[in-house]
Amino acid sequence: MSNTDKQFVTITINDKEIEAVPGSMLIDVADKSDIHIPRFCYHKKLSVAANCRMCLVDVEKAPKPLPACATPVNEGMVVWTKSERALTAQKDTMEFLLINHPLDCPICDQGGECELQDLSMEFGSGTSNFHEMKRVVVDKDIGELVATEMTRCIQCTRCVRFGEEIAGMREMGATGRGDRMEIGTFVEKSLDSEISGNIIDICPVGALTAKPSRYHSRAWEMMQTPSIASHDCVGSNVKLHTFKKKLVRVIAAENEDINECWISDRDRFSYQGVYADDRVEKPMIKYNGIWKEVDWSTALDRTVEKLTEVSAKDIAVLASARATLEELYLLQKSMRSIGVANIDHRLRQVDFNDQESSGAYPSLGMKIADIENLDSILLVGSNVRKEQPMINQRIRKAALNGAKIMCVNPLELDFNYDVDAQRVSNPVEMIKTLAIIAKASYILSKTEIPAGLNDLFTSVRLNKADKVFAENLIASKNSAVFLGSISMQHPGYSTLRALSKAIAGNTGSTLAYLSGASNSAGAWLAGVVPHQKEAGQKADIIGKNAGEMLSKTKKVYMLLDLELERDSDNPQQAKAAMNQADTIIAVTPYANKTLLSLADIILPSAAYAETSGTYVNAEGTWQSFKAAAKSYGEARPAWKILRVLGNKLDVKGFDYVSSKDVRNELQGLCENVNNENPVSVEGIYTKLDDVTSQSLYRIGNVGEFSGDSLVRRATALQKSNPEQNAVQLNAKQAALLGLKDLPTVDNEHAEKEVMVDVKQGEVVVSMPLLINDNIPDKCALLASGTKSSSLLGSAFGEIEITA
Amino acid sequence: MIRSIKHFIKSFTLFELFQGLGVTGKYLFKRKVTIQYPEQKTPMSPRFRGHHALRRYPNGQERCIACKLCEAVCPALAIDIEMEERADGTRRTTKYDIDFFKCIYCGFCEEACPVDAIVETHIFEYHFEERGKNIITKEELLAFGDKHESEIAKRKAADAPYK
Repeated sequence: MSNTDKQFVTITINDKEIEAVPGSMLIDVADKSDIHIPRFCYHKKLSVAANCRMCLVDVEKAPKPLPACATPVNEGMVVWTKSERALTAQKDTMEFLLINHPLDCPICDQGGECELQDLSMEFGSGTSNFHEMKRVVVDKDIGELVATEMTRCIQCTRCVRFGEEIAGMREMGATGRGDRMEIGTFVEKSLDSEISGNIIDICPVGALTAKPSRYHSRAWEMMQTPSIASHDCVGSNVKLHTFKKKLVRVIAAENEDINECWISDRDRFSYQGVYADDRVEKPMIKYNGIWKEVDWSTALDRTVEKLTEVSAKDIAVLASARATLEELYLLQKSMRSIGVANIDHRLRQVDFNDQESSGAYPSLGMKIADIENLDSILLVGSNVRKEQPMINQRIRKAALNGAKIMCVNPLELDFNYDVDAQRVSNPVEMIKTLAIIAKASYILSKTEIPAGLNDLFTSVRLNKADKVFAENLIASKNSAVFLGSISMQHPGYSTLRALSKAIAGNTGSTLAYLSGASNSAGAWLAGVVPHQKEAGQKADIIGKNAGEMLSKTKKVYMLLDLELERDSDNPQQAKAAMNQADTIIAVTPYANKTLLSLADIILPSAAYAETSGTYVNAEGTWQSFKAAAKSYGEARPAWKILRVLGNKLDVKGFDYVSSKDVRNELQGLCENVNNENPVSVEGIYTKLDDVTSQSLYRIGNVGEFSGDSLVRRATALQKSNPEQNAVQLNAKQAALLGLKDLPTVDNEHAEKEVMVDVKQGEVVVSMPLLINDNIPDKCALLASGTKSSSLLGSAFGEIEITA
Repeated sequence: MIRSIKHFIKSFTLFELFQGLGVTGKYLFKRKVTIQYPEQKTPMSPRFRGHHALRRYPNGQERCIACKLCEAVCPALAIDIEMEERADGTRRTTKYDIDFFKCIYCGFCEEACPVDAIVETHIFEYHFEERGKNIITKEELLAFGDKHESEIAKRKAADAPYK
């Protein structure tokens, strides 16, 4: 390339000519051409600090070696990375780094995968010239997830920069100077970020290691299997590490299109749930109220008997949206073939109006990576930071690039970026708030208001300040309206959806769904909804939806990986329906006390990481994974169980040999499925009663760590987030109950624990109370999916609290 | 002609027989090197690699920190270790098995050990009476170490200048 072309400069590294973008750093250019330069503080996703000095290289005409991470390339630059001068500089740096580093590699969890260990093999000297005292740094307790050994820290400040630049909260910091510099939290506190676990991956030494897997096995004896995380609609790429076929830890894998190189704490530490105490070892049948372990064929024959002895319309099939695509497809195919139409996975949804007009699956409508290019974003009922940490990461990037972020939520949420406009109102009022924004969008875009929305629009008044939402969305070239899982659980979901669609349509934005589970899109594509078969085809008979199946008892329930008292919107109702049912067949890895008391047949299935499968994420990407760990006891992958069940039910075309066969069949059918999200805005909406003056309205979105059976059993995550088990009120509401100086969510008065009685329906549950001033008046935040809320009623509804 | 006469005489005088017996006879009067094992024993280097043992510190604390370097270095894959974190925050083994049928007594484990926990002792006279007893457990190794600690320490000290 000629020198006049400004797009590239030509530099020479180790006598090799390389073309590079002007202004890029030397270390990037070298990395791209597979020339390795040692480094500790440099990380491609973080800002350049140039403080470890390990990447010193020899540059022609430079008086001293220069750090490759902070030296921009120039035309005609000549660099040697392995010349004597470069090597001497690197070796000297290494000697300084090793002065204070303890020689405790044998008891260090990082040993064997340590960047310092690797580079000291290459650049370290066998003996030390340092005879003075080595420094010792007192350890910090920074919570349940990250173990510290700060004497090992080499002050690369990657964790500090991660907190500042990626997590958006300065959790770690450096105090002191010179060799007294220490990294830690300023005040003794635990890490609070939803992605704090990533500092374990980026720490080049053993200063920050994973606490739950501490001292479980050494780095070199673990097998690594690439897999997909199963707790949000992103499908973060992870690597599962197994030791003796047992899952030991999970680390992030790199995929620029999905999760870059980060994963959420939930995806990282949820694996602990795999080996919970209540795993089922063998198939079980309850005879006259007593559980008996049986062999597989007995259990399956009994299942077939129970499924065929009643009429198909008395059977209800409910599946978790965390099950793999293969499992969901086989379940759907086998059940529909025996005539069962009642099949659903949307257990937390309440409002099913207008489900027929929605598309093939709830889609993001764009690529995950494109979120960072949006200019304005409206979040409707989404605690995106806790629900979808990786989507939040992209939104944060967009926000830092100047995108306008707006949100409509039933409570004020904590974001790690600036929010330009936000409306907080109690869940019932939230519909009106959104209606105001929608009304503004109709007026500003000069679109005619459909007749069905007229009633709602005349009931709300539009202020000047409310126009900013629509104005921002209209002014932006790329904009999107995100519907989060608070909306999806909302009793007026169809109205929220119609209004969001109206806003999106009027402002030229994309309507994007952020569904809560890892395979919601897959469940729709597999046909686990009452009105659609696989690949979005209309069902012959429209069956009952999850809400109807649980409000009116069916005779036989077939459950796939579900704990109804925690996975459904209304646990009281679900349990009542189960109590009256004749037979409950559960395909599940776990059997807790409730399931043991309710179910009749338990078919133990393999848990996360023990089965192969596929997840379809919100953007519509199919990501398959292999089994990494050995299944527990006689548990079998659920797709195998369902395949054999299909054979026993004489379903045609059930000759699959591997989960890949199942996937390929479905993928062939799904070829023509598009990712559009059609929503009718012709005004179907659910009327909600206003909150009465005496009671409180429960905001019951799923807690950060209570969304599915796996994460609920992850002990370290549960310990790290005690707030989700508490009921939260603002100080004013608490004062009305006669309570003052209460513990807050920000750890004030944490020494005090105040228990209150929460009443919903007929049940009273005692639980701790926390003060959270982000909650509007007359509302109480009480997460669903937790142990205490499993006794209560609907996630959104009236509750009473007494001191 | 002469060769056949020579051969004729040699075979008649049993020359080769006496020559052979002469070698035997010579050793009859030489100094004896045979020892009367087990009453007598050959001298042994302090580096001798026999039965394994796990050592303790003088305060009774076991030395092994479950770093698994011995397991990693073992060319015969004879060592099997499992570990846990103890209440005091230290990492210790819950299982330390050596399969003596697999072990080739190379001594790499001893060399790899950063805390001198696993050692190969001077004891080489042992046997197994039951199938499966060839797998020596952590308890047996520790007990063996306790029993012979003084001798192990003495031999370690004798070899120390050459390390």
